[in-house]
Amino acid sequence: MQRHEGESAPRSVVNRLGKIVAIGVSSGGFRALERILIEIPSSFPHSILIVQHIAIDAGGYMVEYLNSCSALEIGFVDAGAVICCGHVYFAPPGYHLLAEREGTLSLSIDPPVNFSIPSVDVLFESVARAFGERVIGVILTGANADGAKGLSLIKKNRGTAIVQDPSVSDAKQMPTHALESTDVDHVFSLEEIAAYLVNLK
Amino acid sequence: MLEKPILDPYETEDLEIRLFLEAVKEYYGYDFTHYARASLRRRILGHKEVEGVDSVSQLVPLLFEDPHFFDRFLHTMSITVTSMFRNTDVFLFLRETVLPKLSTYPFINIWHAGCATGEEAYAMAILLEEEGLLNRSNIYATDYNKDALSVASKAIYPLDNMKEYTENYIKSGGRGNFIDYYQARYDSVKFSSRLSDHITFVQHNLMNDQVFTQAHLVLCRNVLIYFDQNLQNRVLDLLQESLVSRGFLVIGDRETLDFSSSSNAFETFSQSNRVYRKLAFAKT
Repeated sequence: MQRHEGESAPRSVVNRLGKIVAIGVSSGGFRALERILIEIPSSFPHSILIVQHIAIDAGGYMVEYLNSCSALEIGFVDAGAVICCGHVYFAPPGYHLLAEREGTLSLSIDPPVNFSIPSVDVLFESVARAFGERVIGVILTGANADGAKGLSLIKKNRGTAIVQDPSVSDAKQMPTHALESTDVDHVFSLEEIAAYLVNLK
Repeated sequence: MLEKPILDPYETEDLEIRLFLEAVKEYYGYDFTHYARASLRRRILGHKEVEGVDSVSQLVPLLFEDPHFFDRFLHTMSITVTSMFRNTDVFLFLRETVLPKLSTYPFINIWHAGCATGEEAYAMAILLEEEGLLNRSNIYATDYNKDALSVASKAIYPLDNMKEYTENYIKSGGRGNFIDYYQARYDSVKFSSRLSDHITFVQHNLMNDQVFTQAHLVLCRNVLIYFDQNLQNRVLDLLQESLVSRGFLVIGDRETLDFSSSSNAFETFSQSNRVYRKLAFAKT
């Protein structure tokens, strides 16, 4: 695969990527992600990056299961992978996931952020910087404050901020913290988030 | 009337980072310009907070004027999460499949490149001990950071970590009692000299130093993830040159040789454990 050198992304690379949907989720995440990903068709012209808080020794069961019941290509990220549309990239357990402006993905074993590795803030900060207005940041169910800072940075860089309605979230803390930090574009149920992504141009 | 800058704030910050790294390279000879950019940027911005300055540019004068600044910066650059038997599957595979192959050699050289504070070097020594190979093995554990090496050579680690390490040790096929390998004192433990006698910690910089040993096994886990493709290629060439014919290379469980120019010198020995084997007729 060709990798792109240089300081700024050529326009063609940015276009090939479509939009970048970055999702942060913690406890209760498996069911929430299943309900969203199952709705999205294989023709989806955008990419999805996901940080879910899972234990370092958690097996790949969840990702394999989601891959088996979704039309999208779903897997853990290998360092240096090129972002392609129609793919869903999970941060591997024990690694931070970061996006590079050239459209590739990096991993790090830097210390935990918000007690989390992978951390939602680390991913969101990097996509906000790399892709600006092409980013859709989504905070789902979770019992901590990770992602709140990152979501506000996505918004500041003219991206779109979506938060799962805390009143229908398994765990309310993560959506609530995100709503406090950011003037979000949409507060949605899982069904509405799925519909929004399916119709995303 | 004054001209306005043509760069947006992020481009300006990237420019400041480039200028700072150029100064580091010229003044101290450490070249971080081929590090993967997103995590490099995070670390430099984190270090800006450590120093209490408002912009990356303000780090440049410190480089020249504060004799302790560069040590602090190197410290920030080399902090990683490391542990013993991280990825227990990989260590189980080394124990059950790779070490039996190495046991045919009369003497075993292992190069642990990028050992940081040394936890995995001791884990490797424990594996060798339990497979009856330690007496004829030498582990050369290298890192560019001398503070990390000084921690490593003391063999002293926090007692709090031992619960996790013990669980990892058992999952990775440990045959004995993990507690037999260290002595606890207050809130730390010291690993046995039986292990450290077979480990040599040496300062070595993968960015510009050369091959220094002929190794049967090279471990370089979660080092390449911090480098861009050019530097990864350079480092992999170096690792490949240092391996004996049919020697083994182990990289991080989410690293790959797929994008690298060195990939044709290796065959995949275990895809899931990221263990590769140098081809007999690899070009060196």
